[in-house]
Amino acid sequence: MEHLILFASVFLVMLMMLSLYRTIIGPSTLDRLMGMNAIGAKTTVLILLIGFIFGRIDMFVDIALSYAMLNFIAVLTASRYFQARGMRKRDSNLRVEE
Amino acid sequence: METIAVIFILTGLLFDLGGTIGILRLPDVYTRLHMAGKLDTLGSLCLLLGLAVVNAIPLGTAELFVSGKILLILILVFITSPTATHAMVDAGIKAGLTPWRKGDMRR
Repeated sequence: MEHLILFASVFLVMLMMLSLYRTIIGPSTLDRLMGMNAIGAKTTVLILLIGFIFGRIDMFVDIALSYAMLNFIAVLTASRYFQARGMRKRDSNLRVEE
Repeated sequence: METIAVIFILTGLLFDLGGTIGILRLPDVYTRLHMAGKLDTLGSLCLLLGLAVVNAIPLGTAELFVSGKILLILILVFITSPTATHAMVDAGIKAGLTPWRKGDMRR
C-alpha cells in the first residue's frame, strides 16, 4: 500500500507540471486561471497523500480542508475581477463593443 | 478492502490523466474548461473516496472519525468545483470571448 501511495504522489506531481504548461503560455487570462484551478484541485489530494506518507493523517486532513476552501474563494474572486475588467486587447476573436 | 481502495485510486489517477490531456490538446477556452471541470472533479472524488477507504482499514474509532473528515472534504469538492467552473465560463462570456467554430485557427 505504501508503494501505491508513493506512485500516486509522483503521478500527481507530473500531472501538475503538465498543467503548468497551460498556465504559463495560455493565450488568454482565463486559460491561466483554469490551469491554476486544476493545480489547486490536485494539491488538495496531494496534501492528504503526504499525510499518509508521514503517518500523521490526523493533522493533514485539516490542512487539506482549509486549502480546498481557500482555492475556491480565490478562483471566484479572480473570475469576478476579470469579468469586470475584460480580457486584454491582444486576445484574438474579441468582440469590440462600441 | 484493500482491493476496493486500489481500484478507486487507480480510477482517480486515470480520470486526472484524461483531464490533463484534454487541457493540453483542445483548441478553445470553453472546450478546455469543459474537460477541466468534469474530469478533475470526478478524479478528485474517486481519489478522496479511495483514501477514505485506505484510512478505515484498521477499523478503530479514531480512524473512522478521520475518514468522516475526508468524506466532508469530498462533499465540499463536489459542491464547489462545478461552481468555480461555472464562474469561469460566466467570466469568459461576459468579457466577450466568442466560442470556437469549425475552421477557425487554434487559440
